[in-house]
Amino acid sequence: MKRRDFFKKSVGAGMAAGAAFGLGGYDKLWSSASSATKYDMVAVMGGNPDAMFDLGIQELGGMGTFVQKGQKVLIKPNMGWDVIPGLAANTNPLLVKRIIEHCFKAGAKEVYVFDHTLDNWVNCYKNSGIEKAAKSAGAKVVPANSESYYQKIEIPGAVRLQSAKVHQLLLETDVFINVPVLKDHNSVRMTCCLKNTMGLVWDRGYWHSNNLNQCIADYALYEKKPALNVIDCYNVLVKHGPMGVSKEDVVLMKSQLLTTDWVAGDAAAAKMLGVAVEKIEYIPMAHKMGLGNMNLDSLNIKRIKM
Amino acid sequence: MRSPILRRIRIVFSTIIFICFFLLFIDFRHLIPSEYINILLYLQFIPSVIKFYDLKTLAAAGFLIVLVLTLLSGRTYCSFLCPLGIGQDLFSRIGGRLKRKFRRYGFKKPFTILRYSLLAITLIVTLIWGIYIITLLDPYSVFGRFMTYFAKPAVIVINNLIAGIFEKFDIYTLINVPVNGFTLIAYSVPAAFFILVGILSLTKGRLYCNMICPLGTFLGLLSKISILRIKFDEGACTRCGRCSLGCKSSCIDFLKHDIDVTRCVDCFNCINICQEKALSYGVVRLKNKPHETDENKRNIIAGSLLLLFGLPGITKGQEKAAPKPKKDSTVKETRTYPVCPPGGVGIEDFNKDCTACSLCINACPNNVLQPAFLQYGVAGIMQPVMNYHKSFCTYNCTVCTEVCPTNALHPLLLEAKKLTQLGKAIFIKDNCIVKTEKTACGACSESCPTKAVHMIPYEGNLLIPETTDDICIGCGHCEFACPTVPYKAIFVNGNAVHAAAKKPVNVESDIKTPVDFPF
Repeated sequence: MKRRDFFKKSVGAGMAAGAAFGLGGYDKLWSSASSATKYDMVAVMGGNPDAMFDLGIQELGGMGTFVQKGQKVLIKPNMGWDVIPGLAANTNPLLVKRIIEHCFKAGAKEVYVFDHTLDNWVNCYKNSGIEKAAKSAGAKVVPANSESYYQKIEIPGAVRLQSAKVHQLLLETDVFINVPVLKDHNSVRMTCCLKNTMGLVWDRGYWHSNNLNQCIADYALYEKKPALNVIDCYNVLVKHGPMGVSKEDVVLMKSQLLTTDWVAGDAAAAKMLGVAVEKIEYIPMAHKMGLGNMNLDSLNIKRIKM
Repeated sequence: MRSPILRRIRIVFSTIIFICFFLLFIDFRHLIPSEYINILLYLQFIPSVIKFYDLKTLAAAGFLIVLVLTLLSGRTYCSFLCPLGIGQDLFSRIGGRLKRKFRRYGFKKPFTILRYSLLAITLIVTLIWGIYIITLLDPYSVFGRFMTYFAKPAVIVINNLIAGIFEKFDIYTLINVPVNGFTLIAYSVPAAFFILVGILSLTKGRLYCNMICPLGTFLGLLSKISILRIKFDEGACTRCGRCSLGCKSSCIDFLKHDIDVTRCVDCFNCINICQEKALSYGVVRLKNKPHETDENKRNIIAGSLLLLFGLPGITKGQEKAAPKPKKDSTVKETRTYPVCPPGGVGIEDFNKDCTACSLCINACPNNVLQPAFLQYGVAGIMQPVMNYHKSFCTYNCTVCTEVCPTNALHPLLLEAKKLTQLGKAIFIKDNCIVKTEKTACGACSESCPTKAVHMIPYEGNLLIPETTDDICIGCGHCEFACPTVPYKAIFVNGNAVHAAAKKPVNVESDIKTPVDFPF
């Protein structure tokens, strides 16, 4: 490293650290190099989405636990609906923005954001507020509207979904961070971590016509798993999901769940929504397939109220 | 005026107009706001006439300006404002490059019978039955279809190639756009016209405009009394014939020093070509020609005026039979009516005013508008129809209603559009995954913006769709999302006349903001 570069980088790092301190202000932010997390899950309640994430990620040892310097990160929020932020059909843009900031702080080389939307994708990206928020944090918001962006993968051991076409960026990035929003779902009762993966694939119709619950569980077998799941439970769509009709469908829960185990994340989210886990068939399926642990009692959960 | 500047002005102006129209139709990323689109469309003659009938406001009276312009200056519209005409000039130029012979036109006799018959037929059919022939022959709409069916896909393919290269470098500013072709049969009419107009313009200049285009013929008739026109300085003329050879309209009889104003499109090429400066553009004192009355032509003029000012009463007074239901009984989704786009008010109303220019088909961000084949009957061929197997009508959008130049689609406020029922969803339980496979699906209800399609308990833990007619707006998202093949388990049956949907009633949930974690 040349001396000039060293200075440049020091200044940059100093600024980032200063900014981090200013934003977060938690001492533990600096001790972020630990390799394993202390908790299976961190549940935060009572703050704004960004503040809750600051606190939650700190309890998991900081973003540095999941993102190494120079890595490419994929953040997959739910922004599949042409619906404004307050109506809770999409992940909270503030949360997405803060996660991206943490990624860059941890040294990420590039952060990508996309979703295979159900509504017109341009409108979804725009009206969800996520495109703007993500870009302002320096992420690349990439399209997922054309089959040409997707590549075929195999899922060995799957019951119904033996292969799928996933977005090329899922394959090209080093770290996958799953950022679903907790919502009611009209047919599988709840959409959260596992179901959020439908926005990674091209042919969703196949899932719907080939035992939706089984396909959702099957996809979780695929080798590229999320390093971290951040569940947005700030505003929660408790009925008429997954799109909602009006603000009457939304309940303010001011919560957030961070976990490395997406089956556990879904099980906890189900409790938040007040739905029995057994009713959400893909959760017990995934549990049985050994893809995670839905027995929350056996997990080490850190609960924080702000 | 003798100055070569006239021709230059014409070229610069028409180039700008052409580029604007080109961009308008190939704007696949929907970057041009509809306000600008409306400015550009304001002076398009036939769309403006149709819109004027509907609205009867001066805000839609661009055609009056064109009429005044024509009475003043002759067929300048054809050279300066008509995108199809400008496009033909471009083709003629290319033709001249390919073969010098194509650039040498010379005086030809007009196809008097053919062109006036076509104008007459257009008028008669329009007066009695509707705008079917106008749909086929309106130059703006013909141009629109060329762009929609051929130019836009080509531009998208090029865009995708470049986007693919950019992607390799991790740049996503250009976006890969799926090319959405139409059904093959939809291309037949535009393709036939493209060959016709293409060949004629490549080899014969403006022959299409002077032989087939009813608007050209009509404006030509008006030009007979125009004030400004091209004239000969008979003293200076050496009868070299260059002007005649260079005339795209083949309308200069240099031996007789006669210019056929009904065919002259005021391109001003002749002024530049003439080395003796014997040709100029200016006020013409009409020569006292031997009086030759052509009753036929007079009738056509009278008919044209009738068309312009008297048609609304006549057509509105005619009661037409309701559109015929589609009879194809082999299809399980038995649609009684096709779904006509929002703002169309009803199928009959819409069919009457649409010239199938395809601008809405281009403007639709969801590609749900597709050219009809026989959904509206033979007469509605190429008019846009909602195709819910291809896509759906996105809830927060009114773009098609904003761009329509003929007011076939009336402008709708977003709130009004959200309550406009284009059709009603019909559920076919026997096709549904939930019944046939006994597994969860709900793709239809998932996307329903009003929850007119919602889920009710079925066997065991399963839920199955149910529909509520009065809050359904017929957007077709359910039909599009339904994964069953070949027949959908839910489809939208069009309303012959669009209805008002009820606003969905929603109540607050019992679930309250939690105070502690439930786990």
